[in-house]
Amino acid sequence: MTPRLRRRVFLVAAAVAGAWLLWGLTGLPDYGVYNGPYGDVLNRVAVAERKATNVVASVTFDYRGVDTMGEEYILFAAVLGVATLLRAQRDETEQPPDEDAADRHAPATSNAVRVIGLGLVGPVVLFGMYVVAHGHLTPGGGFQGGVVLATGALLVYLSGEYVTLRRVSPEVLTDAAESVGAAGYVAIGLLGVVAGATFLTNVLPLGRPGALLSAGTIPPINLAVGLEVAGGFVLLLSEFLEQTLVIRRPGEVT
Amino acid sequence: MRFLPYVVAAWLLLVGLYGIVTSRNLVHAIICLSVAQSSTYILLLSVGFRRGGTAPIFLDVPVGTRAVDPVVGALTLTDIVVGATVSALLLALAVQAHKHHGTLDPERLKPERD
Amino acid sequence: MIVLEVTVFLLVAAAGTAVVLTRNPVNQAIVASFYGLVLGIMFLVYQAPDVALSQITVGAVALPLMILLALAKVRALEGSRRRDDDR
Repeated sequence: MTPRLRRRVFLVAAAVAGAWLLWGLTGLPDYGVYNGPYGDVLNRVAVAERKATNVVASVTFDYRGVDTMGEEYILFAAVLGVATLLRAQRDETEQPPDEDAADRHAPATSNAVRVIGLGLVGPVVLFGMYVVAHGHLTPGGGFQGGVVLATGALLVYLSGEYVTLRRVSPEVLTDAAESVGAAGYVAIGLLGVVAGATFLTNVLPLGRPGALLSAGTIPPINLAVGLEVAGGFVLLLSEFLEQTLVIRRPGEVT
Repeated sequence: MRFLPYVVAAWLLLVGLYGIVTSRNLVHAIICLSVAQSSTYILLLSVGFRRGGTAPIFLDVPVGTRAVDPVVGALTLTDIVVGATVSALLLALAVQAHKHHGTLDPERLKPERD
Repeated sequence: MIVLEVTVFLLVAAAGTAVVLTRNPVNQAIVASFYGLVLGIMFLVYQAPDVALSQITVGAVALPLMILLALAKVRALEGSRRRDDDR
């Protein structure tokens, strides 16, 4: 099928599908009018029941905790897939980076980039930890804070210090962080089973809404998810970076 | 105005699919896939929006003020992070495909017949 | 308020179309980063700060980063392959 024919067939199909889609979507309630009962019920009772002022976090990690566990494992499996795909195959060997140095025209990072990048690493990591820790009080949580923490590692690389990045985040550490995060979620869920209730019940003391140590199991789950997401993204970054600096060709001997 | 968000969501989905169908580069197709994914976020949040409502965070407003739906926000925020990671997996697949076939063009990545 | 919402929706539709119509992946990564930022603004207009935070960190930083790293890897492979053919 030639590309032109494919484009024409697609346009016809898209017109039909678009018409159908719009006909279905106009059956929804008007935009801006919300009648559904669940949102109102949750907004009214979540703060009193779970003592967490961020209702979205209490929905993600408490009321619908099993769904979030599944999503976290999708992330884990995707990172596992990337690591498996990009490692050395059985018939490939490594070329050390300096063999290709003559060909690479990468400009040295300027001093301004280095100063700003390295200067911002501390505040960014601190901000990431703040977002993870306050997930049950203000907007944020494990997912967002984990990505911000991984951005701190990215800043180290962007300042031109790849060797420092490898030393600061060795593979053992990122692997351990990711696995502890993934297993920690299930371990906290099993706390509920040990205490005699169902899996992922909120069994820790609930505290007072607005305090840092409140909302039972939600802060520990935030911590586990933050560790896992941060470790996962730093691992992704390291895998792709290793590939750009160390080329593996089939059958070559260094 | 009553249906503008839904029209935008449908448009983004179809535009993303068009990009994938007429793509000449695997990385371009992966980014168009992420555009098509973002149309679902818009649809979800439009369903839960309440005009005049505030964010469902009750740290400084009393419980009982009109707020938007928290459930769709919870669904969308995990979806965004997971979608990016799956895109990373697809990019790793594209890198491997280039390593074995030397090209990123889907037209030239035919299965080998030998 | 209505004007703000309509403007943001049209901006999102235009940015999404621009991402698809940019054919070169290196340019597309930058346009995708801008699209992520515009989506984050739209999520703020939707009164969903959690989602906006998530979208800005992922869609404007992490995703374009991974795209550029994959493209750098592909370019390095092509360079080494060409050098081996010359050798």
